[in-house]
Amino acid sequence: MPEYRHNAANIRALVRDDAVHRDVYIDPQLFELEMERLWQSAWIYVGHDSQVPNAGDFYATVIARQPLLMLRGSDGAVRVLLNRCAHKGAKIVGARAGNCGKLLRCSYHGWTYALDGSLRTVPVKSGYAGTRFQESEAARGLASAGDVATYRGFVFARMSRLGMGFEEYFGGALSSIDNLADRSPVGRLEVAGAPLRYMHDSNWKMFVENLNDTMHPMVAHESSAGTARDLWRDEPPEAPKPMVIEQFLPFVSNYDFFDKMGVKIYDNGHSYTGVNFSIHSRYSAIPEYAALMEAAYGAERAQAILAESRHNTVYYPSLTVKGAIQTIRVVRPIAVDRTLIESFTLRLVGAPPALLERSATYNRVINAPTSVVGHDDLYCYRAIQEGLAASGNEWVNLQRNYSDGERQHLTGTHNGTSEVSMRGQFRAWVAAMAAEANA
Amino acid sequence: MQVADDDKALAEFVYHEARLIDEKRFDEWYALFADDGRYWMPLTRGQPEDAGHTSLFDEDKLLLKIRIERLRNPNSYSQAQPSWCQHILQQPAVQSRAPENGIAVLRTPFLYIEYQQDKQELYAGVAWHHLNVSREGIFIAMKKIELLNCDAALPSLQLFL
Repeated sequence: MPEYRHNAANIRALVRDDAVHRDVYIDPQLFELEMERLWQSAWIYVGHDSQVPNAGDFYATVIARQPLLMLRGSDGAVRVLLNRCAHKGAKIVGARAGNCGKLLRCSYHGWTYALDGSLRTVPVKSGYAGTRFQESEAARGLASAGDVATYRGFVFARMSRLGMGFEEYFGGALSSIDNLADRSPVGRLEVAGAPLRYMHDSNWKMFVENLNDTMHPMVAHESSAGTARDLWRDEPPEAPKPMVIEQFLPFVSNYDFFDKMGVKIYDNGHSYTGVNFSIHSRYSAIPEYAALMEAAYGAERAQAILAESRHNTVYYPSLTVKGAIQTIRVVRPIAVDRTLIESFTLRLVGAPPALLERSATYNRVINAPTSVVGHDDLYCYRAIQEGLAASGNEWVNLQRNYSDGERQHLTGTHNGTSEVSMRGQFRAWVAAMAAEANA
Repeated sequence: MQVADDDKALAEFVYHEARLIDEKRFDEWYALFADDGRYWMPLTRGQPEDAGHTSLFDEDKLLLKIRIERLRNPNSYSQAQPSWCQHILQQPAVQSRAPENGIAVLRTPFLYIEYQQDKQELYAGVAWHHLNVSREGIFIAMKKIELLNCDAALPSLQLFL
């Protein structure tokens, strides 16, 4: 195995314009570096501010293997603090979510912190008299993420102090979050209930790449969506389609459909498929929703919001958004071959309950650990994870619709079945992994 | 058909239902469900029944049929190496009988083991069978499965609990 930590040239050699070396998926050393570099310098999705509506509400998660808290302060601000007592390092909060009251209190020696993370009290503080305690790291209280931004309720953190600003990092890709939030007549979203939590025994990048891979559904999902299609085939065309049939059938659309869907590429690894239409475009209208939207936005604007029907938007590397069906998937890498995917259902505040029912159904049928569609996908990721151990060909081909012009200009709209979104992701990957500062 | 609908017969029905899954006799299993039958595994404890909540399973007969047919599809790659399962049931206990509508409710704590490709996963939970009991026979109005680790990060769960 080549040495990567101290050799940026070796890392750069892993990524060609149109292919990547298998080590990016299977080498534990590179996974360590991803956690230290890419996942530190990128803006990572933490949670949604509707999960912490009141002062003292917290939501605990893990980013780049570091335990974190999203916490609502008494001033109403949402902060992202490291879940680590300043004293001896115990996680300060053990539950996944809850309310800590006015203070965070460590379970071990009872140090307490205000909701902004500052150290409030230490039992028998006289024990620190004459110790230069005020100069210690411990006196600074709970550490916070390098920077935090909340966009339409979506809370992101950059772990490193230095790096690209939030708006610059995501750029025009933020339009998918806008479209999702705009689908609420009052422009607000709420996380509805618990996430589906699906453990993938595969590298995180296989999941992220798959979200804008439009050449797999008609193959990988033939057994699930194709079975649904076959069972529905004998029904008369005018028979009203059950919601699940409506959701399954577009997965086995033909290549032309997915190609014409289009894919839009942004800098820093972000992209979305479904520029022109998507698998979500032809769902039955929900009565009274359109009227509520028109009343809220005016007919023209409401129509423009609902006409967007994006497939998946990748907020590289940690979040994927489906605005048209109001579900999001959160990527939490655990090891080189282990990734937790958490799928949340979102409620459009002010919209009829039928929309939430449709989202909850879609999330279950497509994203659950019990989902036949999920089984298809995970099987393929796992097959890659094991297949890449084979010698004789060390390269993963990402050449579909490649052209040399991409070297200068990758962003913009491409045909939907192009593998350009993956090439864009690896361009961002190598920039973070082989940055001069790491050489 | 004369149906023995005493408690013992109801418990036998629950044992039989689990056995049909374990032996992959899915057509017979499917036929146990009433036309409007429901197979439901909530995602959280105490989850309300309405459709505004995401579940792990919430299948009507159409969705059950899709799952069953998919398992037989030669292109179901995730079943290239087939999964097998085993239910271990505690004795089903009749919780209630409502003679006016013929509904009986049984509670059955269980262990469920799913095996594929050198990996064996162990699950535990409680199954609630809401059974339609009539002269036509016993049919499942709803099988609700309360999974002990419903809110855990789970691997692929590919058969039926």
